[in-house]
Amino acid sequence: MRRYSIFLLALFLTGGVAAEGPVFHLGKTPTDAEIQAIDTLADQDGKILPKGRGTAAEGGGIFALRCVVCHGLNGEGTDTPAGVAPMLIAEDKQGTEGIRHLHFATTLFSFIYRAMPMNEEKSLSEDQAYALAAFLLYRNGVIQEDEEMNAKSLPEVIMPNRDAWRPPPETSG
Amino acid sequence: MTDKNLGSRRRFLKGGAALGLTTAVVPAVRSQESSDGLSRSAYGVRSRYVTSKRIGDGGNNSDFESEYNTLSPIQNQVGIITPSALHFNSSHGASPPDIDPHEHELMIHGLVDRPLKFTMAELQRLPFISRIHFIECSANYPLPKDVTVQHTHGKTSCSEWTGVPLSLILNEAGVRSGAKWIVAEGADRDSHSKSIPLQRALDSCFVAYGQNGGPLRPHQGYPLRLMVPGAGGFSHVKWLRRIKVVDKPYLTPSERFNELHGPKSVITFPSGGQQLLERGYYTISGLAWSGAGRIQSVEVSTDGGRKWQPASINGPVLPVAHTRFSLAWNWNGKETTIMSRCTDDVGQVQPTAVEFARSRGVSVDKVLSREVRRQGHWNLVFPWKIASDGQVQHHYWV
Repeated sequence: MRRYSIFLLALFLTGGVAAEGPVFHLGKTPTDAEIQAIDTLADQDGKILPKGRGTAAEGGGIFALRCVVCHGLNGEGTDTPAGVAPMLIAEDKQGTEGIRHLHFATTLFSFIYRAMPMNEEKSLSEDQAYALAAFLLYRNGVIQEDEEMNAKSLPEVIMPNRDAWRPPPETSG
Repeated sequence: MTDKNLGSRRRFLKGGAALGLTTAVVPAVRSQESSDGLSRSAYGVRSRYVTSKRIGDGGNNSDFESEYNTLSPIQNQVGIITPSALHFNSSHGASPPDIDPHEHELMIHGLVDRPLKFTMAELQRLPFISRIHFIECSANYPLPKDVTVQHTHGKTSCSEWTGVPLSLILNEAGVRSGAKWIVAEGADRDSHSKSIPLQRALDSCFVAYGQNGGPLRPHQGYPLRLMVPGAGGFSHVKWLRRIKVVDKPYLTPSERFNELHGPKSVITFPSGGQQLLERGYYTISGLAWSGAGRIQSVEVSTDGGRKWQPASINGPVLPVAHTRFSLAWNWNGKETTIMSRCTDDVGQVQPTAVEFARSRGVSVDKVLSREVRRQGHWNLVFPWKIASDGQVQHHYWV
């Protein structure tokens, strides 16, 4: 389905402009501050991670206060009228259930930091998000109890499912 | 009689005839408000005899205000266009954000020469395309407790989407070499995001503001969503607010599923929970679709899969869109199982349970297991059993 590219080329040719430059000159330039404010999703290399740190012990306390109401006292997942939330602490520390299916720890951190708790999104501090990530990674057998998670150590965690990532056919890797 | 009385009688009789009444009672036909606060003349409503509706898909989060993920009532649908009000939605059950289109912007940044932010007005000044496409949740699979086809297959709908090719917008920004992916993000509370291969973005994606002739509905992403034809629903990021051009996928939680949905079909009439009240002639009807292209053919079996007949295709056959099929059928009143199977124009055939089990290396009774469902799009041939009393129910392989 290259018809959009052909359309574009036709447009460029009739307009007499180079195919590589802008044609319509609509849209404004965002400021660096605007971009930085919105650019919060962590990449798999961890180049976009906020400052902060946390440990499993700290995370356990936060989990009990903010997370068990939906995810269950032991992170087993719940099916209550308040909502259904997935299991977060797998019984099988060798399998790929729950967060053990993720390929990168940055995925886990970003989701907690930006999307949790449900209906209270973006209410966790950076430290709290790192602590919760550390807690879940520890309880799922991925890191040691005393390993601090921060912007440097988090992307270095090798998730158990790292090698299972299969890129779609139109990408080379 | 005075002129006034005569006039009143005429109005009375006209009103009665228009309403098809045979009694002398004229109901108060005052202009009623629809839920938008507009009169029915300004914004039409359905007949009060039409009650088909979306239902919650159960077991998904709600935000305590009775919003839920919804299933489309495809058992009631005719044609291929899902009425906008009945289009399914899936977003953890959260309410759609209330976005003022005058405030909303789409930002393009990352590996580009010129980061840009577009207002909705600017986007609507750009060249547009219009495409009829289905959207299907990658978790559109049946569960043992399901009854109707709305339960088993209701996380799919089909609309005409209107918007701007992403290749055009990315060219305005100037994609830098080394770019291989984009990450699209929405303005919803949980900032839903998805990585899309750049090649797919350039070849087929567009940012849509139109749905079936009007603006997107809030549940479908008002005022802007990304369209990724053929990919799972979570790729079609709603309430789209930014696209970042990057070199590697960011791997948001749903990144396992990037493959385009394969060929899938289901009979919507007769289907689960319905009942055929007598033997005789029926027009079997259903929908077929494929994320890879057009539907090439549909077959129907009315004897449990022993014999297959070609179904008629009724209506447009469009790439990556629902396609309506039908089959004339004389039901002899005896218990039987009916099912459909489709082939798309790249040669993929919708698998039966046996074929699917063989290809995945599992036993047939595992085709509905959680482990199999987690592997990706579930598109098996789906049988309905019709009992001798005409009751229709699903016919799982156990």
